[in-house]
Amino acid sequence: MSVMKRLSGIVQAKANKVLDKAEDPRETLDLSYEKQLEQLQQVRKGVADVATARKRIELQAQQLQQSATKLQEQARQALAQNREDLAREALGRRAAIASQLDGLKSQHDQLVTQEEHLVATTQQLQTRVEAFRTQKETLKASYTAAQAQTKIGEAVSGISESMSDTGLAMSRAQDKIANMQARAGAVDELLASGALTDLSGSSDPLQAELDKGMKASQVDLELAQLKGQLGMAPPAPPAVGAPPTAAIGTAAPTQAEPSAPVDGSGAAGTTDGDTTDAVDGEPVSDEPRAPTDLFSLDQGAGA
Amino acid sequence: MIVRVLEEGQYEIDDANAEVVERLDTVLGDALRSGDEDTFSATLAAVLAEVRSTGRRVEDTTIVPSDLALPHPGATLAEVQALLADDAESAIDRR
Repeated sequence: MSVMKRLSGIVQAKANKVLDKAEDPRETLDLSYEKQLEQLQQVRKGVADVATARKRIELQAQQLQQSATKLQEQARQALAQNREDLAREALGRRAAIASQLDGLKSQHDQLVTQEEHLVATTQQLQTRVEAFRTQKETLKASYTAAQAQTKIGEAVSGISESMSDTGLAMSRAQDKIANMQARAGAVDELLASGALTDLSGSSDPLQAELDKGMKASQVDLELAQLKGQLGMAPPAPPAVGAPPTAAIGTAAPTQAEPSAPVDGSGAAGTTDGDTTDAVDGEPVSDEPRAPTDLFSLDQGAGA
Repeated sequence: MIVRVLEEGQYEIDDANAEVVERLDTVLGDALRSGDEDTFSATLAAVLAEVRSTGRRVEDTTIVPSDLALPHPGATLAEVQALLADDAESAIDRR
């Protein structure tokens, strides 16, 4: 059987449920409308949940940035005291933060996409619910049992489809958030413990080796830069056999933050308990995105 | 004929173009049964492109049920199998 036919049957399944409950088709309209208002509230809450998850990641990125700044200063102090071993350790931790930020950035990007999509979906549903309300009153006013049944059935099926569709979108967003919770929790623990080494947890040994080499070369470069600043040594070219410095650029991502402020009109309206006339253009947008690039460190220790 | 693209919206398709969509739908079903991910992804992209290019977008204020529905753009074979599974309805209700 046709995939697309089956799928359309599934998204319409809700309509039948609602229709079964009412004997009078006019009652069906009201029942369906009640459901729509409930769904609108739920989807607004869904938008708020995604925004909360996004903000948590932004907060973590800020904290990691602060740690990186502190480690850089510690490296400087260590070198001033001729403790290259300590400086190396600090810069190593700083490099580990860079890879942690890299991971956060990709999660953040996904959440921003989900959030924008969900906001758009909610606005679409809101328009349709408003249209349904108008149509519902017209149908009730001109009601004659014989002809109205079909029209009511269509209207209810049509709007129920939209609700199912929105519900699916929300489920997917929530799945994404759930997947991120574990990792976000791990970052929180790391931040709390201060143990910012060996963060990658990479399951691929080869990649782990490559990352290690890349971090090591960055540490060498940053050491040389710091030494240069402190007048301890000529800004030495890379020693023979040292890893190519070209790899350094990839250790600290410099992607630009997709900063797309929405409209800054405040919270997502999740506490709106108005069910009598809820389709009132309640804004579903949220605060502007993080304005700066939270997810990359300054290039080099001397920046 | 009305086709819904999940998480995108509805399109109205003329009869002439509906045949193309239905033919691709058959290929999609075969790929789904045989678990051929590559064919599935390529066909899904093709049918999406067909619907978007030949269909007229149904206004958000027009409320009509669909005859056919397409998964959300970029859906994987596994995601669509899950949608079509018996518990699909509970997936919709899960909120």
